Amino acid sequence: MITYLIKRILWMLPMLIGISLISFFIMHLAPGDVTSTEASFNPKASEESRQKLREIYNLDKPVIIQYGLWIKRIAQLDFGNSFASHQRPVLWETKDNNGNITKGLIQEALPITLLINLLGITVIFSISIILGTLSAVKQNSWVDKSITLFVFIGFAIPGFWLALLLMYWTGVSNQWLPISGLHSLNYENLSLFGQFTDLMKHLFLPVFVSSLSGLAGISLYVRNGMLEILNQDFITTARSKGLNEKKIVFVHALKNAILPLITIIGLSIPGLIGGSVISESIFAIPGMGKLFYDSVLMRDFPVIMGILTIGSVLTLIGNLIADLGYAWADPRIRKGITK
Amino acid sequence: MKKIIGNSLALAGLIIITIVLLAAILAPIISPYDPNFIDIDSILIAPSYDHIMGTDGLGRDVFSRMLYGAQISLLVGFVAVGISTGIGIILGSIAGFYRGWVDSFIMRIVDVVLSIPSFFLILAVIAFLTPSIWNIMIVIGLTSWMGVTRLVRAEFLSLRGREYVLASEAMGSSDIKIILLHLLPNSMTPIIVSSVLGIASAVLVESGLSFLGLGVQAPTASWGNILTDGKEYIQFAWWLSLFPGLAILFTVLGYNLLGEGLRDLLDPKNK
Repeated sequence: MITYLIKRILWMLPMLIGISLISFFIMHLAPGDVTSTEASFNPKASEESRQKLREIYNLDKPVIIQYGLWIKRIAQLDFGNSFASHQRPVLWETKDNNGNITKGLIQEALPITLLINLLGITVIFSISIILGTLSAVKQNSWVDKSITLFVFIGFAIPGFWLALLLMYWTGVSNQWLPISGLHSLNYENLSLFGQFTDLMKHLFLPVFVSSLSGLAGISLYVRNGMLEILNQDFITTARSKGLNEKKIVFVHALKNAILPLITIIGLSIPGLIGGSVISESIFAIPGMGKLFYDSVLMRDFPVIMGILTIGSVLTLIGNLIADLGYAWADPRIRKGITK
Repeated sequence: MKKIIGNSLALAGLIIITIVLLAAILAPIISPYDPNFIDIDSILIAPSYDHIMGTDGLGRDVFSRMLYGAQISLLVGFVAVGISTGIGIILGSIAGFYRGWVDSFIMRIVDVVLSIPSFFLILAVIAFLTPSIWNIMIVIGLTSWMGVTRLVRAEFLSLRGREYVLASEAMGSSDIKIILLHLLPNSMTPIIVSSVLGIASAVLVESGLSFLGLGVQAPTASWGNILTDGKEYIQFAWWLSLFPGLAILFTVLGYNLLGEGLRDLLDPKNK
């Protein structure tokens, strides 16, 4: 198990280098550099000050050397400072000479996106198992058909449109839920429990919208997996032994159908993180997605690179956890590894 | 029984796609107004006899813009998937046919690209290339070839050892000939299914990008950027949000139904 773990972690290194290469060169293939945008925000910027900017960010050096310098900084987890937003550090807080702490952009945004995604995964996991199992057990009934309909619509509905409609319906015309941001204005004055419910109210719509397509996909996956397993010999054996149907479905079949979900959820992490761009922008939630969108609009090069890298590292870590979880959950693999 | 279900799914999808196709092709003929004609005397008019889907904040006829939006949506879907399928077939064929280190190398590239959150990748590239419809199609294509590559490779690996392939090899056929004549034609089913499903997701991505203002640029009409206007006026003009959203929903649904239906229809196990 430990050698497997070490191998898996070492394997992440070439992956990381690949990721950094791809993202770095994409940024540089594009015409125009950050100094031109910077200049357009600040019409007084002279050619001289633009040149200075290029020097600070090494934009005047050959691309290969820029990449080398960047890799060197990444190894020290130094993503530099944002071009926009008052030069705030991209990743982590820094202290200036007066002892004032400036929080990092990703440092503030990441926990929010992680929270939304973890809630999303929990929702997806728990509801899709129920829907998928129900659908498989009652195959071809009206329950199965309506769940299948839901699956197809869940796949096809544009998340931003759904977000818009829900925002209008629950927030504007009925005022059941807050429509944007993370906290209410009186958040600071609320009790701990009040703060928690306030946060949950704000997160309800974003979590719902961002998990809908995953919910549809995984319900379908559980349904098909269950159908396949219910036709297998060991289930027939269990039935002929006279075990009751509930026990067969919920103990024997479900266990085997859920197992591959661990991998599937690991694979869905990049989609979830990427999907946060739309939902966070619409609901004005200051997470990674919104930060990325804002940075893209401003061509805030260090932040874009930082988020691409951190997002990909998260994906790799997610896949690692999923693989290990799978290995841990499946005795066949667990034993194969320890050998 | 399953074949009939497959048929009806495919049929429903086909009908939806045909409607969208007709709307796109006939747009210049059936649209009642110039989609970009600004009429400040008829701003935000609710659906009526003159404007069956109402007008937007600049007084443009929404129905006409929806028809031209269909053109964009089809164009993006087909071109983007053409690019991704093309890349996927080439890389997947090379990996699956030659195996060994070439295969490992290509599959590692696939792993790397897959681990970058794709919407981040697309957004980053588009922001740097200045958004335009051509850039969007290219970028969506360039960021979605990984699935097809894996698929083609897997098909090739399983077909490679078949006797007819070995026979052809023994007769001295060139690699290209074996790939084009024997391996690819027998891998077509999953490629077609995944292409149709790929169009669905390309349409969704394009509309999302246009909605964020990073896709098709004004004044060109796209379902996504009509929705951007819809967001502005959601309290006064429900029709600006409803129609483009439904159009996207049904188009994507159509491609998904067609894809799933074809999967059932073309699967030899169901015959």
